[in-house]
Amino acid sequence: MSLITEHVGSVDTADQPLASTKTATKIGNPAARWFAAWWVLIPLAVFVAWAFLPSLFTGHDPITGVPADKLLAPSAEHLFGTDHLGRDIYSRVVYGTRQTLLTAGLACLVGSVVGSILGLLAGTAGRFADTVAMRFVDIVLAVPAFLIALILVTATEPGPLSLGLGVGIASIAVFARLVRTEVLRVRSRDFVQAALMSGGKYFTVLRRHIIPHIVGPVLSLLAVDLGAAILAISGLGFLGFGSPPPTPEWGLLISEGRQYLSVAWWLTTLPGLVIVSAVMLTAVLGRAINKAFRF
Amino acid sequence: MGTYIVKRLGQALLVIWLAYTAVFIAVQSLPNDPVTIFLSTDSAADPATIAQMKAYYGYDQPLFVQYFSQLLGLLRGDLGYSLSNGSEVATRIGEVAGSTLILAGSAFVLSVVFALIIASAASLARGGKLRKALLNLPPLMVSIPVFWLGLLLLQLLAVQLGVMSLFPDGSFMSLAVPIFVLAVHLSAPIAQVLIKSVQEVNRQPFIEVLRAKGASEAWIFYRHTLKNAAPAALSIAGITIGALLAGSVITETVFSRAGLGQLILQSVTAQDIPLVQGLVLLTAVVFTAVNLLVDLIHPQLDPRIVTSTSGATRSLVA
Repeated sequence: MSLITEHVGSVDTADQPLASTKTATKIGNPAARWFAAWWVLIPLAVFVAWAFLPSLFTGHDPITGVPADKLLAPSAEHLFGTDHLGRDIYSRVVYGTRQTLLTAGLACLVGSVVGSILGLLAGTAGRFADTVAMRFVDIVLAVPAFLIALILVTATEPGPLSLGLGVGIASIAVFARLVRTEVLRVRSRDFVQAALMSGGKYFTVLRRHIIPHIVGPVLSLLAVDLGAAILAISGLGFLGFGSPPPTPEWGLLISEGRQYLSVAWWLTTLPGLVIVSAVMLTAVLGRAINKAFRF
Repeated sequence: MGTYIVKRLGQALLVIWLAYTAVFIAVQSLPNDPVTIFLSTDSAADPATIAQMKAYYGYDQPLFVQYFSQLLGLLRGDLGYSLSNGSEVATRIGEVAGSTLILAGSAFVLSVVFALIIASAASLARGGKLRKALLNLPPLMVSIPVFWLGLLLLQLLAVQLGVMSLFPDGSFMSLAVPIFVLAVHLSAPIAQVLIKSVQEVNRQPFIEVLRAKGASEAWIFYRHTLKNAAPAALSIAGITIGALLAGSVITETVFSRAGLGQLILQSVTAQDIPLVQGLVLLTAVVFTAVNLLVDLIHPQLDPRIVTSTSGATRSLVA
């Protein structure tokens, strides 16, 4: 019992400095406060818009280029320059967003759903379920994400589906571990014990008392995992395991630009900056969610 | 302590065996056997050739026999034969493993050094701005794709400044730059966890007591905080082995280095399943071995782990 009180005590003292800094930054009107916390949604919305309505953002065709305009440096006409076939790199990045985001989204969906279910089972369904689920997680962890994706790609056709599935399977482990840890943390709290002792059913307690407490961390991880999936997928795309060449995809774009490294720096540098900013934005979003859900 | 070691060792063996089984099942659940898949792009292969090759490599045997003969082979270090050139998988891996080991090993050491530097600088920095910048460094580093950083450095150092060649020539730079690229990528998660756990340790009352007794910040950090924060960073360092492999493959491709990366790409492109299988198993074994080592070092750093794990799980399950 002393351990629990000590633990609770340390959490209280830990939260105090955070709370004080929070009140210190709480100046200005609600809109400014909202903006300070969630500004990251605006650039992310641009990426989503790129994915769904690419033609709104660029007038150039991503697949067929103008051969006369080959290897032009970035200018007002071609923001990111053009490649060896005279294709506008900016429009290829914009059109490639859909491919990259859809594949990454599929990976996140697979990872978070399967991982969360495994984690919940491990955390609540008794010791046997815990052991089985966690050994499974150990195996998934023991084979690097990268190789899981590669096995799927070897066995089936290279393409967004096998790539997304492979990266997704690899991220199951992280979700399962997080959910399990959070469940174990929550279920030792007094209110869960009280709910169980006053006759709460397993699923009711799970739904009303445990899941609401783990939604925050899971959503936060989901945002971060989206970034990690984008990175993994562009890495595999770079190696040539994504969609076949004419399709614009972020990793593939950079790999194509690699042959012209000595003559056209923009082919690799600028699409890479887009990847870095997309991944960083998901990380910022993850932190924002984490803050919003801290009770 | 003795039971702890035996338990961890048993778990490691179990994970390797399960990984082997999972890979075996995955290969069996493919629509075709490895030989048919391998020869699917070869128009000259007629059913008779395929059947002959299947018999030669043992893929015509009952599943049960295949499972145990491959498992026995694994125990003897025999990973079967590569379909693309008929030599042993173990030999093909052995030929190139050294180069990757040098790259990955040095990058791992360097990444730990980077993580230590970032974490101690961030913890000891006086100015708020500098501290904030240092705290934001790991999230930035983790967002940079390895291949992009590699190409950027090639662009800068080889094309613009001309201090290294575009292709590996055995010079210092042609080894140092790939190691640096890989280390930047790897050090980010280690630094992140180290900083977080340093912050957690700093909140504990004993740090306050040390400060009240007049210990300097640097003394507290190196003598007390870092020691208590090390176990968490050690665990994450073990887990980065997977990222290390993926990073090595990509780095080797970017810098056109020979190594495991090139072998993996070749085997995937040729759909050489026994070779892929061998590479996956090798990685699983390395990963498990490193993490076993981490688990064994853990109690040396924090003796509470051995005594508390059993008790803690019991109270949570009950």
